[in-house]
Parts: sequence; structure tokens; C-alpha cells
Amino acid sequence: MLFLFSVVGVDSQGLNVLYPGPEPMKGSILMQATRIDRKFEQTRAENRAAFVSFVMAGDPDEATADAILAGLPAAGADVIELGMPFSDPMADGVAIQLAGQRALAAGMTLEKTLAMVARFRKQDDQTPIVLMGYYNPIYIYGVERFVEEAVNVGVDGLIVVDLPAEEDAELCLPALKAGLNFIRLTTPTTDNHRLETVLNNTSGFVYYVSMTGITGAEIKNRAAVGEAVQRIKSHTQLPVAVGFGIKTPEDAALIGKYADGVVVGSALVSAVETSLIEGKASANTASDVHKLVEALSQGAKRARS
Amino acid sequence: MSEVMVNSLRQGPDEAGKFGIFGGRFVAETLMPLILDLEKAYRAAQKDPEFLSEMDDLRTHFAGRPSPLYFAERMTKELGGAKIYFKREDLNHTGSHKLNNCLGQILLAKRMGKTRIIAETGAGQHGVATATVCARFGLPCTVFMGATDVERQMPNVLRMKMLGAEVRPVTAGAGTLKDAMNEALRDWVTNVDTTYYLIGTAAGPHPYPEMVRDFQRVIGEEIRAQIMEEEGRLPDALVACIGGGSNAIGTFYDFLDEPGVQIFGAEAGGHGLDTETGHAASMTGGRPGVLHGNRTYLLQDKDGQIIEGHSISAGLDYPGVGPEHAFLRDSKRVNYVPVTDNEALDAFMACTKFEGIIPALESAHGLAHVMKLAPEMDKDKIIVLCLSGRGDKDVESVGKHLGMAL
Ligand SMILES: Cc1ncc(COP(=O)(O)O)c(C=O)c1O
Repeated sequence: MLFLFSVVGVDSQGLNVLYPGPEPMKGSILMQATRIDRKFEQTRAENRAAFVSFVMAGDPDEATADAILAGLPAAGADVIELGMPFSDPMADGVAIQLAGQRALAAGMTLEKTLAMVARFRKQDDQTPIVLMGYYNPIYIYGVERFVEEAVNVGVDGLIVVDLPAEEDAELCLPALKAGLNFIRLTTPTTDNHRLETVLNNTSGFVYYVSMTGITGAEIKNRAAVGEAVQRIKSHTQLPVAVGFGIKTPEDAALIGKYADGVVVGSALVSAVETSLIEGKASANTASDVHKLVEALSQGAKRARS
Repeated sequence: MSEVMVNSLRQGPDEAGKFGIFGGRFVAETLMPLILDLEKAYRAAQKDPEFLSEMDDLRTHFAGRPSPLYFAERMTKELGGAKIYFKREDLNHTGSHKLNNCLGQILLAKRMGKTRIIAETGAGQHGVATATVCARFGLPCTVFMGATDVERQMPNVLRMKMLGAEVRPVTAGAGTLKDAMNEALRDWVTNVDTTYYLIGTAAGPHPYPEMVRDFQRVIGEEIRAQIMEEEGRLPDALVACIGGGSNAIGTFYDFLDEPGVQIFGAEAGGHGLDTETGHAASMTGGRPGVLHGNRTYLLQDKDGQIIEGHSISAGLDYPGVGPEHAFLRDSKRVNYVPVTDNEALDAFMACTKFEGIIPALESAHGLAHVMKLAPEMDKDKIIVLCLSGRGDKDVESVGKHLGMAL
């Protein structure tokens, strides 16, 4: 199905609806519904939250990371966020910092991350993959080349932490033009006025950061998260996923009551860390992560039942 | 003071915070509303006579400005060329130029109603200056400092603690300035409601590079007035060391549109530029990238991963540089040159022995370049060096390097 991004979306009945953007028609690009759109359409129809799992590309080594990635959909991941390791992850807590360091130490690069997605796509053409990371490795790779190859290997969306709306010309606009979703973070500091700026050019879904803080920290006020999701939903038809600080199936069940997606990252990369023997992958590394994804995704899925 | 001309090099940053392609606001969304507020608060303060007079008063009575312009007679004679002047930022209260910036930012933080201050520090000079203004204004202060730097700059760690600051050693990475800055940014994201991040150099997201430059411009403006009084003319060359670039931009800014003034920035050449991880010369040995909120020259590998810089000086081993310097490099207005650890050590000792001034190792990098320039220039030429800080903090580590027995 063809539709205009940020103008027209698809609701659970498959009817076209208008997205209330600040300047709806301007800059719109005709684009295909992505795997992300289709997945959220499906979970909406099933009246449940999507489970979004974050793992780090190349952690703890390329082969094990491949095995982890390949098993995520069967374990219950509806959407996969794949971290692009970076030496200076300013918005990440210790767990994800260490995951990135393990990956880099094992020789991971942006080029290899794209190759990893290509291998995954050979067996799975349904599960959306969102690459998440920081801008510099992409900038150095070359934006044009990166966007083109990302589309070719089957990446669906991008989350780039240090590219706010003010820097849209860098990557967001070229990515949208190529048919990738550009998913933006909104945070407790994003007020209604600011939200318009943030939602403009956002597509796929909106990622609500549950707190002012870094990944892996504690959610201080769960009720406030619910209110914030409602507030964002009154400004957009896009699905709203919540992440940062969700660690247990209980958390996932609670957040999944009102959010369209529940994102877990630090807990999963911590499971990788715990499974290591003398810093190297063990026979249990991939299965430990998959077991945790099963438990967490069950939490997200039973939220509304 | 020179007026801003049509082709002026003093027009940056633009509204997006860019100096040419450099600068910008590459930060997480959590911080975006805050840096937009900060810009508003800064614009208001710039026009507020009360803010300006409070700054003036603090500069005069707390910092001890203007700092002297000193004729380095023996070094001039020894080198046998151009006349060498030192702009004595080492005599600024707390022992370096860093206080100039802290005074401006602490007043802003207060205007914005912030109740907690955080800062990163390398050599500890910015940490000390921040702890000092926090003591003066009664605000709690946390300073992030790489664990390696905590070791090599012990006297400054003690000073910060005595001034009431909490010093948090950062063990991530190589435990130096870049890691301290990452950790400060993480704290800021977490405590954004109450906390003001007092960045110590002319880098970071807009408006920091512009703001820090403006608070340091006083260095160059004083140099102009003082050299006019001493010599009746502008200098032929200006030299300053470059960590993130705050003392340098403060020294250079007033002279950017003076074509007769040659300008040099001395970067940390460490063990030499041919060892990839052996230096911190981002402009002579790095390439453009995005880190810590701005696009600038960075030390990085071919995958865009940031490389830890090395320098004997803890204040210069940052793998990046302020965006305005990146712009001045590409526009060729300023010559950036690497100075090795050993050259800096030689300059450190020369200054100490010939002038009775123990310079900071950072400043010694600038002096080392002066020692290359001066003999090549005629005796009627004039060089001004920004002697950005005093070297008390460095005597122990220099002594060790030179194998001096205690
Ligand atoms: C005395 C002194 N000079 C120079 C620097 C380098 O910083 P900047 O380049 O911002 O002036 C430092 C930093 O710690 C310093 O302490």
C-alpha cells in the first residue's frame, strides 16, 4: 500500500487517517508502508503491545550476535533494534556501554553491522529492524552510501540519538527520501510545543524515553509515563513505544497496558554479559538472551488481557 | 576594537550554531529544550546592564583583571629574534584563564534558577575554577575527572575538594578528558531540571562555543590595549595552546580581522603525529566528525570510532577541538601546529629558568612554538603568547619525566 509519510497513515482497520503534523503536506514524500508500519498494524489489530528488543551488533562476537539476532523473532520480538556500536555512547548506561565495547573489541564496524542485517534478512523478511546508535560512524561512512546500503540490506528504520530535529538535514531527510523510517526520541523534557518539532519528520513510531536519564536507569514515576504516552498520542497517530528502564516482565506488562510498544535493551545485553565465560561467548549466550526475551515479551503481550 | 566587516571572520556562529560546516547542536532530545533555554538566557544576559556590571566587578575584584602583559626579556635575548610578550593568565585567580569563563557561566546558571553545577576537567584547572565559583556563590558542585588525570593532577583534586566540590573519578575508556565529558553529559541528561553543565572549553553544542569564546574574549581585548600602550602597535604574531581551544579563541578573536597579525595555535603533538594514538592534534592529525554536540576535527579511526588522544599535558589530550577553530583552520586564518611532549618539556624548563615563571604544561606547548618562531623573526617584530596558566600542578609530573630526584 502506498501512502504519504507524516500525512496519511493506516489505522487498525486499514483505513487511511490523517496525521496531524504541523505542516502536513510540505516536504511529504510518497513512500511504501514499511515493515514497521505493518507490524504495528498487526499488533494493534491483536490489541497488544509490540515487544521491541534491543541487542548490540557484534556483541560479544559476530557469530554469536548472528545467532542471537536470528532467534529473536521466535522468542517473541516483534521489532528488533540493533545497536551500532560507538566508542562514546553519551546517552547510555554502563550495560550498553560495555556491550558496545565488547563488540568493538571483537572487531565490529558499521559495514559489518549492515552485513549482519543482510544475513538476517535471508531467513526473515517480516521482522522490522531498526538500527540505533550515534551519528559519527554514519557520517564517516558517508550518509548517502549508508542510506542506500541500509535500504538494500533490509533495514527499516533508524534511531540516531544525537540527531535532534534541528539537524534533520544531516540524515533524517535523506533517510526518509530513501524510504527508511526515522524514529525520534521524545522525553519528559519535550513539552507540547517542542513535541510538534519532534514529531515533524518522525515516522514508523515514536520512542518515548521513560525518564530523564540514560539507558538502564530506574524509572522514577510509572504513572507519569502513562500520562506522557497519552499526551503524545493526542498529537500523533503514530504508535508510541516506551523504553529506558524496563527490565522485568512485570514492568513490560505495566507499560504495555497503554504503550503500543515496550522496548527492552539493557536487560538483554546484561544477559549477554552474565553468560560470558572469561569474556567469551558460552554455549548458553544466545539461548539465555532468547529465554529472557520470551519472558519479557510474554509480559508485554499479556498487558491488556 | 575592530568593527565587524562584511568579509569578517568574526560573524559566526549562524542561527543554527554553525561556523561554516562546524558546530551545531548534536545532542539527545532530552537536552535540546535545555540548550534552547540556555541560548535564550544568554541572549538576554548579553544585553542586561546588570549582568555586564556584575561580570566587570567580579573580573576586577575577584579574578584580578586585567592580567599583565609581560615582556619576557631574557627569553627574547636568548632566542635572539622577535620581542616576546606573555599575557599573564597564570596570574588570574585560581591560576589560569579558566576562571574567566566560569564567572560568566555561573552568573547565567543563577539567572536560570539552576541549583546544582557539574563540570568536566582534564588538568583540573577548569574543575578548580568551577569549584571556586561554586564556593563563591554557594552552589553544590560535582566535577567529573578521568581516573588517569586524578592521578597526575593530585594537587588540583585536593583544591577542588577543599573548595567543597565532589570529584568523581571516571574509569571508562582511558580515564581522561573525553571520558569525563561523556560522564558529565550522562549526569546532565539525568538531572536536567536542576543542573547546569558548566563546560570548560569553547566546544560542545551551540551556544557553548560562542558563549565560552565571549567570556574569554577579554584576553585578546586586553592584549590589544596593553600592546598599544607598550609598543604603539599591534603584534606581528599571536600564539596560544589548543586543548578544546578556549584560551586560544579568547586570545585570537579580537585580531581575526587584522591581516597583519599572524596567528598560531599549538596542538598537543604528544610522541609525534606518526603514532596514531600517540598525540592529541585533532586539527593537524584528525578529520571532521561529530562528537559531544558539535561537528569539528576529531581523532578517529576509519570506522568513525573516537581515538583517545595522548599528551603529556592533561589539559590538551582531548580528541576534539572547538568548532570555531575547525572553521579558522579550514579558512586558513589560523595556523595550527603540533608541538611534541619533549618540546613542551624544554619550553617548560626554559620559561622556569629564564623568566622565573613556572608555566602550565599546556601553556608550555604554546611557548615551544614561540621558541621556533622568534629566532626566525627580526628583532623589531613582536610575538604575544597567551601564558594560559601556572605550572604548580605540573611540577611533580615534570620532575618525574626529567628524572629529578626529590
Ligand atoms: C592552563 C591551561 N591552558 C590551556 C588549557 C587547554 O584548554 P583550552 O584549549 O580550552 O584553553 C587548559 C586545560 O585544562 C589549562 O589548564
